[in-house]
Amino acid sequence: MPKATNTDDPDAPDGVQIDLISGERMDGMATMEKIRMILDGVHDGNIVILEEGLTPDEESRLIEVTMAEISPDEFNGIEIETYPKSETRNSSLLGRIMGGDESAAKLTVIGPANQIETLHKDETLISALVSRD
Amino acid sequence: MGLFTELKDSISRVTDRLFAEEEPKRIGIYGPPNAGKTTLANRIARDWTGDAVGAESHIPHETRRARRKENVEIERNGKSVTIDIVDTPGVTTKVDYEEFTDEMDEDDAIRRSREATEGVAEAMHWLREDVDGVIYVLDSAEDPITQVNTMLIGIIESRDLPVLIFANKIDLDEASVKRIEDAFPQHKTVPLSAKEGENMDEVYANIAEYFG
Repeated sequence: MPKATNTDDPDAPDGVQIDLISGERMDGMATMEKIRMILDGVHDGNIVILEEGLTPDEESRLIEVTMAEISPDEFNGIEIETYPKSETRNSSLLGRIMGGDESAAKLTVIGPANQIETLHKDETLISALVSRD
Repeated sequence: MGLFTELKDSISRVTDRLFAEEEPKRIGIYGPPNAGKTTLANRIARDWTGDAVGAESHIPHETRRARRKENVEIERNGKSVTIDIVDTPGVTTKVDYEEFTDEMDEDDAIRRSREATEGVAEAMHWLREDVDGVIYVLDSAEDPITQVNTMLIGIIESRDLPVLIFANKIDLDEASVKRIEDAFPQHKTVPLSAKEGENMDEVYANIAEYFG
């Protein structure tokens, strides 16, 4: 299993890698492919940003797989942030026509639990602190 | 005569089954670690059956296996419901064994964290496959807008499961039920203190009404 951070590697770049993954790239992927891609990135110490997030079912499976991969002193799990559900947005006519309730079209940030800390979160703002380890 | 009696018994068994009451509904008690889920499960089970469900603790992840208390019949205001209470481990996206090393030695802390991760996975599995409704327990003294709460409520809603939100620990000075109502206005919030037994009448009335 890859290490949670790359700080021990003298050749590693001095910074935190951020992967911004488009909705288009996720579209054709199966649930487990998405989860694998996310967790592989997080295991490497990267911050993974999903343009369109995951469905509730995919989120539930992400939690399950994350739990299976937690290992003392190696990987403590993930920090994941999306905006809380907005009643106004989801109950709008357009939202319902577009399947707003089912859609996971919400920017989602995922990182190693020991490197990302949420400072503030509300319906329109997520503020997080990212460190190298 | 023997044949006749056997036939009569057989018919009786079939009719009993046909007209039997509905199967108990499996109600999962979900929420983040340390919200008071087991304290609530024990309170309900003791009030209606006399038995407890499991051990309670101030250390997170005391419940590391889902536990079911079957056939708990709750009656209030002329309504009744028979439920199986499923007390589930607190859901989280991270577990660090060092959180427990103040309370126990390192080996026990590592064992506890491993069991906790298995418990979270088990809780998620129950949610996807095996519960008919959810009581979502929150600590009223904590900020309810966390990722785990947002995700779990989203998962519950996506499965069309009936859900009641229980704002627990209202006996604490810092408790704010309104903060929970504002965070999840789409669901009914019931304030209570499972530990002190406060507002349990309303709790039972809502369970009988909502899941009955």
